[in-house]
Amino acid sequence: MAEQRVDEKTGTRTVGHEWDGIEELDTPMPRWWLYTFYATIIFALGYVVAYPAWPLVHDATRGVLGWSSRGEYAREVAAEGVRRSAVREELARIPIERLPENSKLFEAAVAGGASAFKVHCVQCHGSGAAGSKGYPNLNDDDWLWGGDLKMLVATITNGIRQPGNDATHVSMMPAFGRDQLLKSDEIEDVASYVRIVSGQEKPSASAQRGAALFATNCAVCHGANAKGSRELGAPNLTDKIWLYGGDRESLVQTITNSRGGVMPAWGTRLDPVTIKMLAAYVHSLGGGEAIVPQPSPSPTEAAPAPSANGKP
Amino acid sequence: MASPEDLIAPKPPQLFEARRKIFPKAVRGSYRNLKWAIMAVTLAIYYITPWLRWDRGPYAPDQAVLVDIANRRFFMFAIEIWPHEFYYVAGLLIMAAIGLFLVTSSVGRAWCGYACPQTVWTDLFLHVERLIDGDRNAQIRLQKAPLGPSKIAKRVTKHAIWLAIALLTGGAWVFYFADAPTLARYIVIGQGPTVAYATIALLTATTYVLGGLMREQFCIYACPWPRIQGAMLDEKSLLVTYKYWRGEPRTHGLKRAAPAARQPETDKGAAPMPGVPSLVALAANPELAPKIGDCIDCNACVAVCPTGIDIREGAQIGCITCGLCIDACDEVMDRLDRPRRLIGYSTIADEQAAGEGRAPEHPMKRLFRPRAIAYFLIWASIGLAMLFALGTRSRLDLSVSQNRNPVYVRLSDGSIRNTFTLKVRNMQSRPREVEVSIEGLPGGALWSEGGAREGAANSLRLSVPADKVTKLRLFVAAPSDGPPRSDLTFRVRALDAEGGEDTHQIHFERPETGR
Repeated sequence: MAEQRVDEKTGTRTVGHEWDGIEELDTPMPRWWLYTFYATIIFALGYVVAYPAWPLVHDATRGVLGWSSRGEYAREVAAEGVRRSAVREELARIPIERLPENSKLFEAAVAGGASAFKVHCVQCHGSGAAGSKGYPNLNDDDWLWGGDLKMLVATITNGIRQPGNDATHVSMMPAFGRDQLLKSDEIEDVASYVRIVSGQEKPSASAQRGAALFATNCAVCHGANAKGSRELGAPNLTDKIWLYGGDRESLVQTITNSRGGVMPAWGTRLDPVTIKMLAAYVHSLGGGEAIVPQPSPSPTEAAPAPSANGKP
Repeated sequence: MASPEDLIAPKPPQLFEARRKIFPKAVRGSYRNLKWAIMAVTLAIYYITPWLRWDRGPYAPDQAVLVDIANRRFFMFAIEIWPHEFYYVAGLLIMAAIGLFLVTSSVGRAWCGYACPQTVWTDLFLHVERLIDGDRNAQIRLQKAPLGPSKIAKRVTKHAIWLAIALLTGGAWVFYFADAPTLARYIVIGQGPTVAYATIALLTATTYVLGGLMREQFCIYACPWPRIQGAMLDEKSLLVTYKYWRGEPRTHGLKRAAPAARQPETDKGAAPMPGVPSLVALAANPELAPKIGDCIDCNACVAVCPTGIDIREGAQIGCITCGLCIDACDEVMDRLDRPRRLIGYSTIADEQAAGEGRAPEHPMKRLFRPRAIAYFLIWASIGLAMLFALGTRSRLDLSVSQNRNPVYVRLSDGSIRNTFTLKVRNMQSRPREVEVSIEGLPGGALWSEGGAREGAANSLRLSVPADKVTKLRLFVAAPSDGPPRSDLTFRVRALDAEGGEDTHQIHFERPETGR
């Protein structure tokens, strides 16, 4: 044990250690410092009594103030709900076609739609809405059923090929091979023709045969020029976007067995405001289309309907 | 010093030490005057600055110095700092640190003694205390006096004035963060923001506690600067120094004899003193003269010290080098007809030289030593670099980020679209028309969110509001045949008379297969 002694000059005890002839004085702390230390101890005791502090086997002490982090969270969520209610009410009131006029509300709707999308839509369409094979990319400018705000709301609300929903999008492409409407070499010919109209192949004898087959079997839905039909959800076969692939093998697959994607009717699960926000978000991704003004039925609404995008 | 009893039977170790209350005596002199001047200047700067006006036009506040936290702007006369330009503030902090090194290595702890807010306000509070309670002796008497009406009245008055000063101090601070006249009105009619009242309350409390109650305790126990500054001093730094070689041994009672002993022929009538050789003997043999120090142990230097230290014990953490002990000692030396500056600003090296009879170094040589020059050069080059950056900075700024989810989108005509988020900063206090264009992407066209591809062109115009960042989503489409990654330059150009532009280079991404 180190030898403790009293320093002659100061009259203070040393702590008893010595390094290279240097000794440390055991100088007392100032009184207020010590009292502050005691105060922190008292504060800690009070804190333990007032707040949850002591872990037990299945629970923890509750604290006399009844505070809990879960309660705090619930309060904050409720407060946030109140804070958002004004915007939601405004969104509920405004018809979807008038939404782009109010850029601030549109921005709020896009932000709300982005988070709703992350919860309900990313499972199929991907976190960036880029889709994948069979699940449409919502960023591009190709729409099977239409890409204006009104149609987006309708599509999200009623879904695609949802049984029991009268307003859902329905169309059915025949399974030409499976149902033996076309023979397999005929299917090859149709595929050749489709690859020509989409600019992927050069004309051939097979394609010429395919053109005739297309006119009798496919043009009824996809149109004589193969540009598709939105009323029927029939894709435009002349563009460069293929939901199920535009290579020969995929085309043969499609013609043989048919295709028909489904989407839930979100109107039964989400409130109309959330659906409006989702439509605004999808519309904002870059492929949103302007609402084509319909001839107005009443003379009071004769003024031209505003463009959905606000800008030319 | 320890008493003999202490050494024989030491007291048990104490857990705490009671505060030794200090009653600094008033003093007159050159350093006291310097302190007055610095106190007046620093307090004036502190209280007046928020009220200075600076016309910035209708789009920006016209307060000369304003920390606008809500809008994230810092205004200082003609200079406006944006959050992304925070490096100017960092630069100022670095300059302050190096400036502290420079000042400390050259003239010692001048910051502690003269400019530190703790010093300035403590000094102010001490003057108030003297005004109410009287000088040192009166204060000590009052402290010992029993609590009576007069003592209570004095104590209440003193603390009331202290609190009033503290309130003004805390009150002045909030005006740096909002338009001062408006805020002052709201605070007075009780409708100021809660944070203003909270800040005033907090700063009032800290000023009162630190300046009025804690005083030197803060310097000695809580403040890190004395420790840092102490480490920055060397043997050539100016310190308040007791000239040991001149003052020792201290001579109680011999003060009158001292001049006589050195000039025996002029004062033959002086009576011999015990222990001192007679003047006749001294005249015959000056070697017999005992060494008589100039210090008469009158404790004037200790009595005036605001941190209650004895400078004659040498350099120590409690010494803030305020120079008041110099003034006090000079006064005594004048009365004794001895040369001034028995205590004075000096360096350890000079004092060693003087003790050994050598000449001290020339002050200029001490000031312009390599260490100080090096500090000064670093300090000045940072300052010049900042001035240069400030003078050449553009008031229009562009930043671009690429949206990467998805990286690219194939459009129905086969072309490829990328999406970018542009931020255009207009740092002028008026709205500006700018043109955003793309370069280096053959066949590329851009359109903004809300626009349509049909209207896409090589450039687009937009109006950027005054003092605002405009966030803009841009779509850029280009033919799909091209390398997977090509360079793309965004350029923003102001269309008004001042001009100015900024560019940002980024990549345009395509699928690997081209097609």
